[in-house]
Amino acid sequence: MATQVQSLPFDTEELVHFSEKRNEPEWFTDMRLKALGLAEELPLPKPEKTRIDDWNFTDFNYDTTGEPVTDPAKFPEAIGKLVGEKAENVLIHHNSDRIYRNLSPDLSRKGVIFTDLATALRENGELVKKYYFKTASLDKHKLSALHAALINGGSFLYVPKNVVIDTPIQAIYFQDAPSSGLVAHTIIAAEPNSSVTYVESYLSGDSVGDGAANLISEVTVGENASVKYGAVDNFTDGIVTYVNRQGNVDRDGSLQWALGQMNDGNTLSENATNLEGDGSSADTKAVSVGSGSQKQNFDNYIRHVGKASVSRLLVRGAQKDASNSIFNARTKIEHGASGADGEQAQRVLMLSDDARGDANPILLIDEYDVIAGHAASVGRVDPDQLYYLMSRGIKKETAEKLIVEGFLEPVVDLLPIEGVRKQLAELIERKVG
Amino acid sequence: MTVPELKIQDLHVSVEGKSIVKGFDLDIKGGEIHALMGPNGTGKSTVASAIMGHPKYEVTAGSVSLDGENLLDMAVDERARAGMFLAMQYPSEVSGVTNADFLRTAINGRRGEGNEIPLMKFIKTLDKKMDLLEMDQAFAERYVNEGFSGGEKKRNEILQLMMLEPKFAILDEIDSGLDIDALKWVAKGVNSMRSENFGCLIITHYQRLLNYIKPDKVHVMMNGHIVKTGGPELALRLEEEGYDGMKAELGIKDDEPVEA
Repeated sequence: MATQVQSLPFDTEELVHFSEKRNEPEWFTDMRLKALGLAEELPLPKPEKTRIDDWNFTDFNYDTTGEPVTDPAKFPEAIGKLVGEKAENVLIHHNSDRIYRNLSPDLSRKGVIFTDLATALRENGELVKKYYFKTASLDKHKLSALHAALINGGSFLYVPKNVVIDTPIQAIYFQDAPSSGLVAHTIIAAEPNSSVTYVESYLSGDSVGDGAANLISEVTVGENASVKYGAVDNFTDGIVTYVNRQGNVDRDGSLQWALGQMNDGNTLSENATNLEGDGSSADTKAVSVGSGSQKQNFDNYIRHVGKASVSRLLVRGAQKDASNSIFNARTKIEHGASGADGEQAQRVLMLSDDARGDANPILLIDEYDVIAGHAASVGRVDPDQLYYLMSRGIKKETAEKLIVEGFLEPVVDLLPIEGVRKQLAELIERKVG
Repeated sequence: MTVPELKIQDLHVSVEGKSIVKGFDLDIKGGEIHALMGPNGTGKSTVASAIMGHPKYEVTAGSVSLDGENLLDMAVDERARAGMFLAMQYPSEVSGVTNADFLRTAINGRRGEGNEIPLMKFIKTLDKKMDLLEMDQAFAERYVNEGFSGGEKKRNEILQLMMLEPKFAILDEIDSGLDIDALKWVAKGVNSMRSENFGCLIITHYQRLLNYIKPDKVHVMMNGHIVKTGGPELALRLEEEGYDGMKAELGIKDDEPVEA
């Protein structure tokens, strides 16, 4: 295979200027520049069974602007629908600007920090530094390095020790600048004995045309802390997405992922949880719908290091039209993780003869005293279920829709914000329908 | 309104190339309850599945009509909308779809677009029927049959029957695996449906259920067709003498039993 020599279309001087405009600390600017150099050298990731070398990950405009909104009543409709009535504890991004932020005085008083990454860098630089690219690695491949170079958005959520937050914290990203790219970096740090639920929604307008999204989330779950992370991805079909959500869980901590992956464009998704501490646990649920001619690759990875760590991984995908998706589920139990218990289940529902779907279950076990299991299936709608629903007078197409929507329901159920739950349910309905 | 009529004539059904039902005739009118009894593997459930239109069951001869319309020409959902209902022996589980959503979709499917049932009316009706069956209200929001016990699944079938109000229902071994309390609830549900506009065929092995739902006619099926018809006393006789006595009386030799 010929080595591809490709110079990225990004200029160092412009990048420095962009960083200056945002008043970023020097260390951050330095990291950008170093990362840009790495991005030139490093190869693209090599996802199993999906060819991505002709996907446009790198040609986009990262310096864009948004319109600040002070009155929640004046949110654009797409955003307003997602936000709760009080617009509380919410952060809204439009293109590469934060346009709205609310954190309840009560949470502020308790030391909770929730703001966009640019502000966090200015106001809590040292804290950001402590978590930035500590769970994810910058030099993993071209896309992670490119991300570090071109970050133009992101959210920072810090929950101090012993602080339990009952209401969900919400972030919304709305992209509509032509040919733009969203490069958002999310950091969630939950200190020992804390608890938080975070829900993010990504959406874009048709005005973007061809663009890109490069998203990395790092979640740190401290000792005996609990983080629930919900997400609904919904980028339009011209947007190529690389999304990487990673978490590290300390002793007795727990991390729950509820991911609704509803992009219309090509998507490369990595989700990884490192169960570092003894007694730590992870529950990952991810659903997706492939439609049109989109290609997607989902890699879900759980690594057990701590003793008696527990993981559950449920991945479901429905494949329509001429879509093509590859699902990898990997559970790795390291030597020393005795008493670990890891279960994974992947199901792919094929809804069209032209669609392709592939589920690859992988268990890697280096310890004796463990429980591990996997199940993977690729199939069509169960004819007995279909018969049952039809025997009650439900038309075939409606019955099929009900079954597929039910199949994708597990993530909808977990989202704690009504508007986002509705959004995902509607997206599923639209994509499946 | 004329009294509905279900007419089955000379029905022959095969499953995977094997002939199971061989010349089955039955006529049920609104207001009537018939029981179909017989030993295992004799084709009772096959009749039920064939009438509803399960894709695995191939009708090779004969006819089934509802109010003069040929059911066999219709798709499964059309048969249901024409007024057929089958309470299944092994109802499917449908994960992620709540009982309430399922029922509302089914009811609206019958009523047609623009004539959907108002939500409040639906909820009220559902509450009432669930009360009658002594079902916990939580069942409305549970996923269809998922994690239900055998008895709960059967009660859920009866709930659907009561909500959908078909012209004809076939209850396929609704009593199997039910304890006496559950049996009473099922009977209560079916008896509440009794009217000129509703006919019912109860498929069962046991006479027990018929103590609670009094049939007008009892049919005994062997070797793929009805061999004897009588009143409720026939069921009692079977209970006492078993099927072997009747076989001897009628001079019937066993077919090879089939699983269906």
